[in-house]
Amino acid sequence: MEDKIRLLSMEHITKRFPGVLASDDISIKVKEGEILALVGENGAGKTTLMNILMGIYQQDEGVIKINDKEVRFHGPEDAFKAGIGMVHQQYMLVPNMNVTENVALGYKKAWKPFKLDIDSVRKRVVEVSEHYGLYVNPDAYIWQLSVGEQQRVELVKTLCLGAKFLILDEPTSALTPQETDELILLLKKMKDELSIIFISHKLNEVKALSDNFTILRHGKVVFEGKTSDYAPSEIAAKMTGHEVKLPENKEKDMNGEVVLSLKDVCVKSDRGFLALDHFNLDVRAGEIVGLAGVSGNGQRELAEAINGLRSVECGTITFLGEDLANKSPYYVIDHGMGYIPEERNIEGIVPPFAIRENFILKDSDKSKFSQFKFLKKKVINENAETLRKDFDIRCPDTATSAGSLSGGNIQKVILAREITRAPKFLIAVYPTRGLDLGAIEFIHEQLLKKRREGIGILLISEELDEIINLSDRVAVIYKGSIQKVLKHNEATRSSLGILMAGVKE
Amino acid sequence: MNKQFRLIYSIVIVLLAIIATFLLSSVILLVLGANIPKTFYTILISPLTKMGHISEVLIRAIPLCIIALGVSVAYRSGIINIGAEGQMAMGILAFTAVALACPNVPKPILLPFALLMAALGGALWGFIPGILKAKLQVSELLSTVMLNYIAAQFYSFCLRVVMLDPAEKVNGSGTPQSMRLTSNIELGRITGRLHYGIVIAIVLAVFVYLLMWKTSYGYKMRASGSQSRAAKYGGINVSSYLAVAMIISGAFAGLAGGVEIAGVHRRAIEGVTNNYGFSAVVVALFGGLHPLGIIPASFFFALIIYGSTLAPRAVNVPANIVQVMQGLIIIVIVTTQMILSNKYLEDRVYRKVKHIFEKEAK
Repeated sequence: MEDKIRLLSMEHITKRFPGVLASDDISIKVKEGEILALVGENGAGKTTLMNILMGIYQQDEGVIKINDKEVRFHGPEDAFKAGIGMVHQQYMLVPNMNVTENVALGYKKAWKPFKLDIDSVRKRVVEVSEHYGLYVNPDAYIWQLSVGEQQRVELVKTLCLGAKFLILDEPTSALTPQETDELILLLKKMKDELSIIFISHKLNEVKALSDNFTILRHGKVVFEGKTSDYAPSEIAAKMTGHEVKLPENKEKDMNGEVVLSLKDVCVKSDRGFLALDHFNLDVRAGEIVGLAGVSGNGQRELAEAINGLRSVECGTITFLGEDLANKSPYYVIDHGMGYIPEERNIEGIVPPFAIRENFILKDSDKSKFSQFKFLKKKVINENAETLRKDFDIRCPDTATSAGSLSGGNIQKVILAREITRAPKFLIAVYPTRGLDLGAIEFIHEQLLKKRREGIGILLISEELDEIINLSDRVAVIYKGSIQKVLKHNEATRSSLGILMAGVKE
Repeated sequence: MNKQFRLIYSIVIVLLAIIATFLLSSVILLVLGANIPKTFYTILISPLTKMGHISEVLIRAIPLCIIALGVSVAYRSGIINIGAEGQMAMGILAFTAVALACPNVPKPILLPFALLMAALGGALWGFIPGILKAKLQVSELLSTVMLNYIAAQFYSFCLRVVMLDPAEKVNGSGTPQSMRLTSNIELGRITGRLHYGIVIAIVLAVFVYLLMWKTSYGYKMRASGSQSRAAKYGGINVSSYLAVAMIISGAFAGLAGGVEIAGVHRRAIEGVTNNYGFSAVVVALFGGLHPLGIIPASFFFALIIYGSTLAPRAVNVPANIVQVMQGLIIIVIVTTQMILSNKYLEDRVYRKVKHIFEKEAK
């Protein structure tokens, strides 16, 4: 194999899965030192195409060429040998091994007979991380690292194995805004020596990083162009097929009464330290309070404490005149709390259950859905059909298992359930994380609609645009307590960014 | 992909599985120098040829079915009950204790009461691992297996000391067993040794179906078992449903023990649990953890269990070897189920086949 990849092209790639055409005659081209953004909504076939390039899947038709010579990869090993490396969306790291050991897993040069030359691996890790400015501690265990650090480890690992062509699958989906900015800077520097294909549906990142972009929709290329020639909104329109403008909260103040009031709340994290430290916050009826903060500053513990899923060490959580601290989840739900949890796949839905069964998760013994403990099948099915139509949940039918849906549709299932239960309050934790624009638009509209109906909403998010667009007031959380509460018009990206980093004026 | 292909594909896979089982078993039989076709005939077909044989198969299917139903309730609720063997033994002890203590109570009162106590005995033995898991996250694999040992020893102790048949002391047959129970505790028989336990098994199957799929209790139990986090976030008290599921599971095993004594043996004997508690776990999984699957699965397993008892006399193959063949058959069946549910493989085969046909057409 030649040393440099001057030109990599995939020509007329077609791939079928049972019942789906995942790639339909797709062709792309990447030259040396170029960054190509592969853009598209969830399920458009971006990841499949890259898995074909890595040899994880075999294409049914079409060829892959490096420097105009046809290559065939029968597995990731072959792709590595040709100098192509991929960082997957879900990191492929062993948590109870350290950084060096994780790299050694794929670093064949260090595999001596009966001995693993771990020192040479460590040297290589240090060398690569210094060369690219990717700081990692080679002796740290993976479980000790933050998500951003883990991603650096993935990059170092891929580069250690000799990758000259990087594929990054939604590299920023789990990162905080700061980490995202850092990553983009870093990748820009690396482009002198590498070519990169970068999968994303966040258009500001595409704009900041890539030279060219290719838009996929339903497994087909629908548009290609030079990034500098198009504005993010134009790319968005081409990606979704229609003009997208995310809704903004421009409503009048409802002057509602305080419905949820947290006073001096202390909560411990799983590891035993104080995750919420004398936390105070009031939310009124008919307003959206955005809670901004870098994730891991107590947001998860806050949502769990309010919902009875985590014990409260001190303080009170007053909800419509009652103290919710240390009550059972059932009690909290019964008093009108709606909750969109952080991890939609394991906290929001029961994955093997049908969509229609998931709709009654919180109400299976309410008289609406059961009588003498026997479920009312007809009502449950009708309810599911209505919600499916109203919330535009795309599925073959409501007997489909909820776990087989895409992230956006799963979130719609949860949203539909929580909203139609007629809650008196709604807590939404990272409601749009990892979703495509169309789904985000829909969810934002639904939240605003609920606000107009006079429901108080606590919106926990790390997407600053989301918080700024939707909130009446923005509270910033840092190390378990409120830094400051800003009015809608005071909250800007820069003012929030400073507060989120822990700086107090 | 069309229906026709799917049907042919399934048939071919099943045929291959059958051939594989026969080949593997034949190797073993060949080494033993046994008559291969006759051995298979004895194990799989001959139990179905006579009414007497069929009723023997059915009486083995009854405890398997009842226990497997209980195991499926626990499994669906997120706890794997491999302690049914011990729960069954405790059920037998409770049943026998009642029978021995009140020999003069009329049958319409005594029999239901004794069966109820059998269920309670098993329920207690199921409740312990259930509550340990619910409150302290103790692995049920550990606690149920250990409780099996305790139950087995306690069972032996009772039959050898407390409940030992006085006649044994005089002219002992060498088998630790209780006195023959009075006739007011016997479950009636339909034909041969086949008893009315079969009705109980079918009623329980309907009960489990209604409970798990038609009521909000079952809904919550299944939700807890499928994704306990989501269930908890949905306001379901997961740990209490876990304990309840184990109580039900244990009660079924205990009841199976009581029915076995009341219908077949009419006295507690060492060894009557006959590994039903373990086989039932396989039956439950093989039956897809659903009553509709468990009923035929328990019949099929009973068939092999009974067939293996015929083999030594009919074809001179030791029962141990038949157990080895049972193991092989079960592994092949389970593997076949997995292959049949692999849609991706099916699609690949379909395209390969289509490709070949297209080439030939050219």
